[in-house]
Amino acid sequence: MRLLGMGVSCVRGGREVFSGLDFEACSGEALAVIGANGSGKTSLLRLIAGLLASAGGSIALEGGESELTLPEQAHYLGHRDALKPALSVLENLNFWRDFLGGEAFDARDCLGAVGLDHAVGLPAAYLSAGQRRRLSIARLLAVRRPVWLLDEPTNALDVGGQNLFAGLMSDHLGRGGLIVAATHAPLGIAARELRIGGVS
Amino acid sequence: MTALGGLIRRDIAIAMRVGGGALIGVLFFLIVVVLMPFALGPDLALLTRLGPAILWLGALLASLLTLDRLFLADHDDGSLDLIVMGRTPLELACAAKALAHWLAAGLPLVIATPVLGLLLNLDAVSTSAVALTLLAGTPALTFTGMIGAALAVTLHRGGLLLAVLVLPLSIPVLIFGVAASQAAINGLSFGAPFSILCALSLFSFVIGPFAAAACLRHGLD
Repeated sequence: MRLLGMGVSCVRGGREVFSGLDFEACSGEALAVIGANGSGKTSLLRLIAGLLASAGGSIALEGGESELTLPEQAHYLGHRDALKPALSVLENLNFWRDFLGGEAFDARDCLGAVGLDHAVGLPAAYLSAGQRRRLSIARLLAVRRPVWLLDEPTNALDVGGQNLFAGLMSDHLGRGGLIVAATHAPLGIAARELRIGGVS
Repeated sequence: MTALGGLIRRDIAIAMRVGGGALIGVLFFLIVVVLMPFALGPDLALLTRLGPAILWLGALLASLLTLDRLFLADHDDGSLDLIVMGRTPLELACAAKALAHWLAAGLPLVIATPVLGLLLNLDAVSTSAVALTLLAGTPALTFTGMIGAALAVTLHRGGLLLAVLVLPLSIPVLIFGVAASQAAINGLSFGAPFSILCALSLFSFVIGPFAAAACLRHGLD
């Protein structure tokens, strides 16, 4: 499986953010997108996720399931964590597990894997920022998707959480998945760098 | 089906819990109808004559009140991104959200109507006629209103724009809803306006999800 971007351009609000960007990531490989604030890291991830219209170039996943589009085979972990404060931790995760579809795993096991098994019945409104992030990460585990698009994934995570997430990312790469992560901090796994934006 | 069932269950659960929108609509409906007799005076015949129109106006405004939450909450917390990316077609997801919204916010209005009919001096036949027309007509309000809700989200303008966009679309529903109620009360032909009301609902079931999904897809950022 190979994620291939050729000559990708992005225009936001009439301003060109980046243009002519080429990138490539194969199965088992992580791509770390690095650049200054406003250089278009999030925009690139949203382009890959199909959440932004591309201004030029092409992005394709080779060797994936042929009936599914690239966004349908990808997990997107953004700044906003897609959690409902009124629902409990388990309800939040169960909903995404049911809605996203595909090969799914037991929600409680996934919560255990991110260290949230003590808070299963707690409404998400009472979670701390780091716990919310852990719950979002549990969504990546609950449903299998080969492509992980991560936007500042380690934000708000404590050191233990960062190590735990690095382990989860290694497992995902070991199963033949691929990761594109926009980040300022080291990911804790071996990753190819993709620099965008000339100025830093 | 699991995906859509999950979406409907989630939206209803959120609406029913503390801070959800389900009760706001009914409460607003209640306030509008309760205030009317105070404004119109103690003329019982006048109240009876205006009753169906008052109930329909109250229900229309109440359903509009909670409609802006339909996509806005999901947009603000990032859920909408994942719904758009998901394997469920966006049109079906929109239809499921609208159905959940109607079950949580529209159906309670229909259920409250018999009680509120008492306040307007409506007899049992009139009240059940209004409740029946609301049952047939409020889904149309939700499904056409969904288009406005989707546009308001993508244009980053909240409630006011929604009202301006949605109210003209709901005028036919209001006309035929009140006409069908009046026809039943006055013993005129109930079938024709009621059939058109049902047709408006069916029409909105088809147009609403497709238009809303197109708005959401087009306005992504």
